[in-house]
Amino acid sequence: MAKRVSLSGNEAVAQAMRQINPDVVAAFPITPSTEIPQYFSQFVANGQVTTEFVPVESEHSAMSACIGAAAAGGRVMTATSANGLALMWEMLYIAASSRLPITLAAVNRALSGPINIHNDHSDTMGARDSGWIQLYGENAQEAYDNFIMAVKIGEHPDVQLPVMDCFDGFITSHAVENLEMLEDEEVKAFVGENRVAPYALIGQEPVSMGPLDLPPYYFEHKRQQAEAMKNAKRVILEVAAEFEKLTGRKYGLFEEYRMEDAEAAIVILNSSAGTAKAVVDSLRAEGKKVGLIKIRVFRPFPAEELAEALSKVKAVAVMDKADSFSAAGGPVFTEVRSAMYGRADGKIVVSYIYGLGGRDVTTNQIEKVYNDLFSAIETGKYEVYNYVGVRE
Amino acid sequence: MIKERKVNITPDMTWRELTPGGVIQDAGNAEDFKTGDWRSMRPVWNTEKCKHCLLCWVVCPDNSIKVEDGKMTGIDYDHCKGCGVCTAQCKFGALDYVPEE
Amino acid sequence: MAKLVEIRWHGRGGQGAKTASLLLAEVAFNTGKYIQGFPEYGPERMGAPITAYNRISDEKLTIHSNIYEPDYVVVVDETLLKTVPVTSGLKKDGAIIINTSKDPETVKKELNFEGRVYTIDARKISEETIGAYYPNTPMLVAVVKVSGIIPEDVFLNDIEASFKHKFANKPHVVPKNMEAVVRSLQEVKGL
Repeated sequence: MAKRVSLSGNEAVAQAMRQINPDVVAAFPITPSTEIPQYFSQFVANGQVTTEFVPVESEHSAMSACIGAAAAGGRVMTATSANGLALMWEMLYIAASSRLPITLAAVNRALSGPINIHNDHSDTMGARDSGWIQLYGENAQEAYDNFIMAVKIGEHPDVQLPVMDCFDGFITSHAVENLEMLEDEEVKAFVGENRVAPYALIGQEPVSMGPLDLPPYYFEHKRQQAEAMKNAKRVILEVAAEFEKLTGRKYGLFEEYRMEDAEAAIVILNSSAGTAKAVVDSLRAEGKKVGLIKIRVFRPFPAEELAEALSKVKAVAVMDKADSFSAAGGPVFTEVRSAMYGRADGKIVVSYIYGLGGRDVTTNQIEKVYNDLFSAIETGKYEVYNYVGVRE
Repeated sequence: MIKERKVNITPDMTWRELTPGGVIQDAGNAEDFKTGDWRSMRPVWNTEKCKHCLLCWVVCPDNSIKVEDGKMTGIDYDHCKGCGVCTAQCKFGALDYVPEE
Repeated sequence: MAKLVEIRWHGRGGQGAKTASLLLAEVAFNTGKYIQGFPEYGPERMGAPITAYNRISDEKLTIHSNIYEPDYVVVVDETLLKTVPVTSGLKKDGAIIINTSKDPETVKKELNFEGRVYTIDARKISEETIGAYYPNTPMLVAVVKVSGIIPEDVFLNDIEASFKHKFANKPHVVPKNMEAVVRSLQEVKGL
C-alpha cells in the first residue's frame, strides 16, 4: 500500500535509497544534493540499512569508489550536483564504458561560473554524452519514482549502464511536496534483493575489468555501448509498465500534455514543465490550442517518438535550462530539431534559453513563449535562438 | 600449454561476440599473448655449467625461466623477449646471449 | 476557503521562517491538502532577510515558481518593514500578519496596504510561555487563524501530535508550546 507523505525531493530520494538498501553508497557533499548522503548516512548509523557508506574526499573519489564497488558486483549509488558532477567527469565515462549500472541522483545546479549554487541544467546537459542514461523528473514524486526505476533499468541484462536521476536543485530538492511512497517490501521486490552482475571482480568466477583497450577492440566496445543505449529505450518502457502496475503512475519516454490538436507546443523538462502545464491550462481556457511535451528520457533520446508527437503542430519552442554556447540554440533544441528533420518537416522550431542560475521561471515567461509562437505562425517572422526571462 | 579459455578474445571478433566493456573472464590470460617474436637477441642455456641457483628465474621480468622441483628445465621462448637480464647476472657462464638468426 | 492559497513569509536567517513554512505545509498536509513549502535561498547568513513560500490547495499543484501575488504575507521580524517591500503583489482582499507589539491601526498607517492587517506579539507570547524567543510557533498559529486554511480544533489536535513527535526527548516542553499556541489563537489582533 502506498503511503501519502510530504517530503522534499532530497528526502524522497534518500528514502528510496533506504528502501533499496544498496551494497555501497560513496558520496561527497555538494549543494544542493548534500542532504541525500546526509539523510542516508543517518539511516546507516541507525542500522536501518546494511549499506557500506564510504565518505570520500572528493567527487572524483566518490565515482571511483562507486566504480570499484560496482565492478565487484555490488548495487551502488551516489548523489551530486554541478561542480561535483564535473569533478566526476572522467570517471563517468569509465563507469559507462565498463558497463557498470551505478545510480546517481543528479540534483541539477548551474555549473559555474560565475559561481552559482542555484538550479539550471548545465551540469547534466554537459554530461549527456558520457554514456549514462538520463531520466528527468518534474517533482519529488518523479525524482523518487525515477530513482527506483533507474536501478532496474541500469541492471537489466540488455542494458548494464549507469543511470542519472536528474531533478531540479532547490526547486525540487528542497521544496516539501505531497507524494506517494511505496512500502519498503514493495520497493525491494521491485528492484530485487541483490544486483545480479554478469561479471564481477569477486565471487566464484572473478574477472579482470578495465583493460587497456587498443584500436583492435575499442571501437567494438563503443558499438556495444551504443547497442546497450538502444536497448535501454525498450527496457525503460518495460520497467515503466511494471512500475505502473505497482503504483498506477504512468511513465513513458516523455509526457504529452494536452497535445491533441495543439498548434503551438513547448518541449521542456523538469520542474518548469509543471509551471508550463498551468499556463497550458489557462491558455486552453481562453481557447488557444497549446500543448506541452515534457521529456523524461533524454539519454537515450526518443527521436522518432518525439518527431511523431510533434508531427501535427505548427510551431514548437524547445526550452533549455542550459545553453550549449553553439550560438545556435540549446542542447535539447538541437536534438529535438534534428529528430524532426525528415520526419516532421515544415514546422517552426525555435530555441528558448530560460532560468539560468536559478532565475525564477514564471508563468509569464512561459506565456510569452506561447504568444511568440502564435505570432510566428501568423506572421512567419521569428528568431530561432532566443533568451527568455533575461533583462534586455 | 594454453588452458581452455571461456572466451578466446581475438581481433577478428565482432562487437556482438566480444565481452561487454572488454571484461576479461579468465584471469592470467597474458600467457595467451606470445611475445617471443619481439626478440632480436636470445638467451641460450648451458645445462653443464648451470648450478640451479635460480637467480635467472628471480630476475626474469616475463616469467620465462622454466623451473620444476627447484631445478631449471629450460627457457620459454614463446614469451621471452630477449632482454638479456638473465644472461647478465649469471655467475657461472651458464647463459649465453646470442643474436637471433 | 479558496481552492489555492498562496503565502509568502519574510524573516531573517536563523529566525525559523523557513521552518515555520515547512510546519505550516505539514499541518495542512495532515488535513488532506496538496502542499508546497519552499524557501528562496539567498546568501545564507544569520540575520539576512529571507523569503519562504507556501502553496496550499485542494487540487494537485504543478506551478514551481516563486509567489508574486500572495493571498497572505507573514512578517516574522518587524524591522523588515523598513527594508523589504513586504506588501509587494499582496492581493487587496488578502491580509498581512506581522510580529510586533504594536496594534494593527498603528502598523497599517506605516504600511502602504489597503487590505486587512493583523498583528501578534510573538516575542511576548513566546518568552512568557516557552521561556525563550521562538517566534515561529506564534506566527504559524496566526496564519492558520487568519487564513482559515485549517479548522482550529483540527489544528490544535494536529499541532499537539506534532510537538509530541518533535519533542519526544523533552516532553516537558510540549505543554509550554501548547500554551503558546492557545495564547496565540487568542492574541492575534486584526483590522
